[in-house]
Amino acid sequence: MVFSGKEIVTELTSLGITHAIWVPDAAMGTWESALVASSGVQLVRVCREGEAWPLAAGLILGGKTPVVIMQTTGLFESGDALRNILFDLDVPVISIIGARNWLNTGSTDTARRFAEPILKAWGFEYQLVAADSDKPEFSNFVRRCLEKGQPGAVLLAE
Amino acid sequence: MQISHDNTTCSPIPFRQSLATLANARRDEDIVITNMGSSRVWPLIEHHRLDFHFNPSTMGGAIPLAMGIALAQPKRTVIALSGDGSLLMSLGSLVSVVSARCTNLLIILMDNGVYDVTGGQKTAASDSNVRFDDIARSIGFKTVVAFQDSRSWHDQAVSFLQSGGPGFCWLKVEPARPEDMKTRQEPLRHQIDRVRRELAK
Repeated sequence: MVFSGKEIVTELTSLGITHAIWVPDAAMGTWESALVASSGVQLVRVCREGEAWPLAAGLILGGKTPVVIMQTTGLFESGDALRNILFDLDVPVISIIGARNWLNTGSTDTARRFAEPILKAWGFEYQLVAADSDKPEFSNFVRRCLEKGQPGAVLLAE
Repeated sequence: MQISHDNTTCSPIPFRQSLATLANARRDEDIVITNMGSSRVWPLIEHHRLDFHFNPSTMGGAIPLAMGIALAQPKRTVIALSGDGSLLMSLGSLVSVVSARCTNLLIILMDNGVYDVTGGQKTAASDSNVRFDDIARSIGFKTVVAFQDSRSWHDQAVSFLQSGGPGFCWLKVEPARPEDMKTRQEPLRHQIDRVRRELAK
């Protein structure tokens, strides 16, 4: 995992993120204690990834700046909710998508295989963060999306 | 009258009448989020600067969207209307609401046992006696009420809206009239701009 919990909270706080809406996976789940301890980012737990996109939209309507956090499997599962919020409502939700088995060279995990094709099919911008050297791209990308008022996904290698 | 375990004993509340009662009971500063069937009928009754008609939508999306507004605007009461078909697709969202301590969110379940917008087909729960109030109570909703007749809902709507949240109200209603499903709505992006603007004041 590129970011520790403490590091991700620092990044999110510096970007002005107010809420982290998530269904954790084994990798990003290690951020939980840091997110809970954060005074600037409120952790919101949902039961299913499809809840996360409209919840984020509601927060944005109410003047907040949320980020959605889920694994690629959750991205696949919640596709219709994503479609509705990002394209019907045109609400620019920012997300962090944990790319399962991305760092496992030779993995035949279909969640790995479909990660980029699915993001490309949706047609909104995404940024792969796969190594420590990519770390600056995280905040650069999210800040650019926030400034432009456009949706964006950080594909975070696991 | 509370909802009996034998759901054949009472006439359900006419769909439009159930919403008219809500429109009379809501306060001017309350936010009402409608969805699917209710989003088609509500504009026939009420036009309000804070209301958002979430349609087309992902079924089950109204409660999370209302939850987001409630978290962002803790001084306002947010009222989310959901059909039973939508709620059945997202029962977990009730748990999320309680987990996040959304004390300013009230959910009204419009339960007519069918998918109104697709022509009235039965839901998977139509022939069973699912107790939505028991589900909400077990999850930890602070206020849980259930009504299956117009008089009881009319008499207690204000009380429910002023109760502490998170609140859950289960209404047994008739299917909406097919002609009411054809209502033209304010375009979604207009609604987004309007609600954002109003909430930013």
